[in-house]
Formats: sequence, structure tokens, C-alpha cells
Amino acid sequence: MLDSDVKLIYERPHGFTDVTTHYCPGCTHGVAHRLIAEVLEEMGELDNTIGVAPVGCSVFAYNYFDFDFVEAAHGRAPAMATGIKRTLPNKMVFTYQGDGDLASMGMGEIIAAAARGEQITVFFINNTNYGMTGGQMAPTTLPGQKTSSSPLGRDVETQGYPIRTAELMSSLDGASFVVRRSLHDARNIRNAKKAIRTAFEVQKHGMGFSFIELLSTCPTNWGLTPVKARDWLREYMIPQYPIGDFKVSSAVEELVKGG
Amino acid sequence: MALELIKGNVAVAETALRVGLVSYFGYPITPQTELLEHLSARMPEIGRAFVQAESELGAINMVYGAACTGMRTMTSSSSPGVSLMQEGISYIAGTELPAVIVNVVRGGPGLGNIAPSQADYTQMVHGGGHGEYHLIVLAPASVQEAVDLTALAFDLAEKYRMVACLLMDGYLGQMMEPVELPPFAPIRTQAPSWAVGAKHPEGERAVLTSINISPPMQEIFNVKMMSRWEQIEKDEVRYKGYYLDDAEYVVVGYGTAGRIALTSVRAARAKGIKVGLLRPITVSPFPVEVLDKLVSGKKGVLVVEMNNGQMLDDVSAVVAKRVLIHFYGRMGGMVPYPDEIDAAIDEMIHGDHDVNRDARGIWLAKMRELVGTGA
Amino acid sequence: MPAKGWVEINDLYCKACEICVTDCPTHVLALDMSRLSPKGYHPAYMLHPEECIACGICAVVCPDAAITVYKGTPPAKEGVGE
Repeated sequence: MLDSDVKLIYERPHGFTDVTTHYCPGCTHGVAHRLIAEVLEEMGELDNTIGVAPVGCSVFAYNYFDFDFVEAAHGRAPAMATGIKRTLPNKMVFTYQGDGDLASMGMGEIIAAAARGEQITVFFINNTNYGMTGGQMAPTTLPGQKTSSSPLGRDVETQGYPIRTAELMSSLDGASFVVRRSLHDARNIRNAKKAIRTAFEVQKHGMGFSFIELLSTCPTNWGLTPVKARDWLREYMIPQYPIGDFKVSSAVEELVKGG
Repeated sequence: MALELIKGNVAVAETALRVGLVSYFGYPITPQTELLEHLSARMPEIGRAFVQAESELGAINMVYGAACTGMRTMTSSSSPGVSLMQEGISYIAGTELPAVIVNVVRGGPGLGNIAPSQADYTQMVHGGGHGEYHLIVLAPASVQEAVDLTALAFDLAEKYRMVACLLMDGYLGQMMEPVELPPFAPIRTQAPSWAVGAKHPEGERAVLTSINISPPMQEIFNVKMMSRWEQIEKDEVRYKGYYLDDAEYVVVGYGTAGRIALTSVRAARAKGIKVGLLRPITVSPFPVEVLDKLVSGKKGVLVVEMNNGQMLDDVSAVVAKRVLIHFYGRMGGMVPYPDEIDAAIDEMIHGDHDVNRDARGIWLAKMRELVGTGA
Repeated sequence: MPAKGWVEINDLYCKACEICVTDCPTHVLALDMSRLSPKGYHPAYMLHPEECIACGICAVVCPDAAITVYKGTPPAKEGVGE
């Protein structure tokens, strides 16, 4: 038994199942999952949430969250989430998508969902490659970055420039809360959690479409240790993908000030 | 030429560019991504076009554009991605353009899994897209055959101005076998005159569209396409027969299923059973006449597939209850072992001999025993 | 310095990514090279438990939610996650 002066500072979120994830050691998918589970638990929304899993490394996300989930076709999560939320508007509905799912295959769906101002929350995990299929080039791959389908490094002449997704989403009038955060150190992870909380509050108050781009590591496909992968993110990804708030509607501003 | 030990996906990719592939458009999907990755390195190396598209929808429409130029173009995908391509395939077919599509089939339906399957037979052979069109569908059973059929696919596509599909599965895509790759062929320098951007006869231009706003014109077009298909059915059937000369029973299987069935047929022959194998290489056009002649006087036909009996329906239509039909299939990415097919051959020889038997239904009942009902 | 708290690291979840080891401000943690978790990783553990200040950074950065953090007087030495 613990002494009465002992306080529990942190324990594994209750929204998590007792399953070891299949993610690689050090993969920040785990951190993103954890933050989502923590926030939903703190808001008391675990029983009221439906998640939409993508195709990608997080295709089995539903094995790790202990609430209702659906599996979307590649890229179609925002459309599926629309179908669910329009039918069950009182549920908390979120999608969780990677580079290929959201910014490539599903670009049509995400733009349309944001433009329609769907009352959903979208988590975009940006790790500059297609992890699950073995590390191919993504719309977020940096110029010069080597991937399995840009083996000599991304050549902007023939393979184009990366897409700054949060900035792109912020241009849509239908979007209410569009931010980019990072998961590469404790301070940024804490800030990411605050943003996740805001995003879910936006949905809870019916204030529209919320979108969080989370800069993430992919140690395996980057060929770096988990610790060095975070350094790489800080050094190379943040200049390309600045952390910040790109769209905060006035209603959301009020909400943030008030809470 | 020397033999190289090479993976199926990579062999198909390398062959395509050696026979003059000018452009490749694709999207990663397991179990064919190696094809895309190989070309992402090789195509720029030899100054040809490669784009990893935003999706299979993008890729097939890029192929559509490239096909309009009359130059060799190709895409590759696997079942869910090929589903996305069906609209584009219909457009390409309706515009009478040559193009090559590689489908490395995986377990399904839906997201399914990444294991090998033949569950896209109906989709590819009977047209997964809308409207009346046909695809030439070639089904290799080894990496060497995949190489040879890749070259053939481009030739047939160009000869007939049609879409040719290389129907593989995850096994063939991932296995490594010693293979002789074709030598480098030159890219054609002159596009056919029907193509956009090509040299046209004086005063003419090319407008390539699949729209036929006038129904009578659409019908005329469809009759033309049907007549072309009739010709292809006469001239382009390919298959391989094993031990058929004195066979009393025939096993029919294509691709990996046919290859595994061959092991069983050989084992049966060793036991003195007079069984042979018909392995269609073109599943579209299907070897109808060959099969028709083959089955008369036979005691039984066993169809083996890695699906729920899709080629079975085509075989049954030809056999038309003249002869007993049995079916053995595995689904969802499961691949049969030879001894399962041994048992199926045994069952055919010693089981009921009712030509009216419901081959699929009887098989399904056995499957329920084997795998359970998933309740 | 007496420890301000302690952590427990669950062997089933820890994948030895070493992020907690690197980020701990008082260098409490290390991988336990003397044993393997059921998955074949050398799990993290408190090498210098006396330095723990219960800041919780290890738990914040852990991708596998493998860490439980307590503030207060740690129980007798046997109970600390070693």
C-alpha cells in the first residue's frame, strides 16, 4: 500500500486498451494516441466518441482505443466521419490520418469536409513519408529527402514541392480551428495536448471543423534512432512546417479565452 | 542471356521499361509497391516519365492521358486500388486506347489483407467498370511467365487498341525466381496517327473522347468493339495443357492456383490416376473452344481457384452439365497446399458423379466444417 | 538527494526507444541490459532512483504509455521498478 503522502502524477490513460501497439519503438503515433485518449478521458467523453481509422500505419488504431471505431477506405475518413456525425450529431467524431491518407489519396475529401464545416475533429500525422507501405515519398516529403520512391532525394523539378497542409486547410472559410503542433519533445507534446483539448471543445460546442497537424517521427523509414529522429524533425521539418495557429475563428478565440 | 534471380514485381517493372515503356503512373499499395519503387529509380535514370500519383484515381487518369499520345504507358495496383481505377479503365476502353494495367491481387473484399488471392477474376475478366467493354487479361504462373506476358500485354494492347491486364497475385509479386529478362528495345519514335500530338494526314486532327452523345453512334461504336473482341477471341487465346492427351479427369486452374494444382496432378499421375491440367494463360479471352473440346468424354472437371468460384462459373457455362464439375477454392488470402488439391482430386474420382451437383454449394459446406462459420 | 517520487515502467509496453532515458532531466533512467522484456526489448528502468523529481516528463514523452509516475516517498527499495 502506498503512503498517504503519495500522489499519482501520471498513469496510462483509461481510454487505452491493454494492448501493446504494433508501432515501431519511438514512433510518435503512440504519443498522439495517448494525448487523444487523455483528453477524451479528462472531458468525460470516452463513452461518447467514435473514431475513424485510416489506411496506413495507424490502420489498427481501433485496437488501442477503448471506444467505438470504424475503418475507412484509404483517404475517405473525412467522408465517413461526415456520414457518422450527420447521423449522430451528439457523438464526438474524429478522424486520425497520415500523409498518404489525408494529403494524397484523401485530399478531395478533407478539403470538402472542411469547406462544408463538418463538426468533426481531424488529426493529421505528418511524418513526411508513407510508413506502412515501406517509406515512399509523400506530399509532405521535404525537397531532397530520400524515400523509397525518391531514391535520389525528392527532385522538386519532377516531383514537385511538399504541401503545407495546415496552411492549406486554413484557407477554407468552413474551417474553425486549424493548427500545427509537434510531438518531438515534452514541451511541444504538452502544447499539442492543449490544442487537442481545444479541438474537441470546438466540436463539443458545435463550433465547426477542427484540424490539428501533428509533426511526427518515423524512425524506421528515416533510418534514425527514435531519439535522433526527433532531432531531425526539429532541424528539418519545423522550418518547412512551422508550428502555429493558422485559423482560429472568433468564436473559438472566445472559447479559448474563457476556458 | 544470363538468368537473374529477381522478384516478380521488380521483374514486371524492369521488363516493361525494356520493351519500351515511356511513362508509368502509380500509387503505393501492398503487395505490388516494389514495382512502383523500382520504376521510381529506373525511369528517371533512362529519361522516361514516372509519377507517383496522389491516388489510383489520379494514376489511371494519368495513364488515360498518356495513352492518348499513343506511347506505351502502364500502371499497377492491387485489388482496392484497382477498384478505384475501374472508372478510368472504362474511359480508356471507350476511347480505344492501348494501356497496360497490372493487378497484384490480394485478399478481400474491402481492405482485406495483403495475402495472395484470385478474388478479382470477375472484376477483371467480366469488366469491373461500367459499360460494354472487354479487357485482355493475362495470368502468369511464374516470374518468367510474368516477364513474357508483360511484353505480350504491351504488344496486344497496341495491336488492338485495348487495355491489357496482367493478373497476378501477391505470391507472384513477391516471389523470386531465376528469370531471363528481355533485351532493351527502342522506344517507338513515331506515335500512331490517331494519337494526339502525332503527325496527322493533311488537314486532320485527333480528338480522343469516350463520349458518344448520340445513342445510334454509341451503338455503332459498341458493335465495332464487339466485333474486335470476337476477332481477339479467335486469335489470341493462350493456355497451357499438362498430361491432357490421355486424361480422364481435368483440373482447371490459372496463375498460382494452376501452378499448385500442377503439383497435385503430377502426384496423381504418379499414383496412376489419369488426370491432366488445363491452365488458361488468357483468362480473357477465355479458352472456351479448347475447354469445350477437352471435356467431351471426360469423367470429371475440377476447378481450383483462390476465390469463391469465379472462373468456375465460366467453366460451368462451357461444360453445360455434360460432365461432372467439382470445385475447390480458398479465399481471403489463403493459399491451398497441394495435399488439399490431392484430396479434391480424390473426391472427384471417388465421390458422387451427379452432373447436376451444386459444385460451389458442396464445397462451401466443406469450408464451413474446415474454417467454421465465423459466428 | 532523497527522491521526490518514482516511476514504474511496464515491461509489456516498453519498446526501449530511449526517449525517456534521454529526456529525463535528472538522468534517472537507463535501459536494463541485464534482462529482456517478453517482446525482446531491454526495458527502461530507474538506474538512479534517488534522483527522481517526479516531473513526469518521461510519461509525457513515452509513445507507449508504459510509465506510471508517483510523487512522494518511494516505498521500500524492493518495490521500486528495477
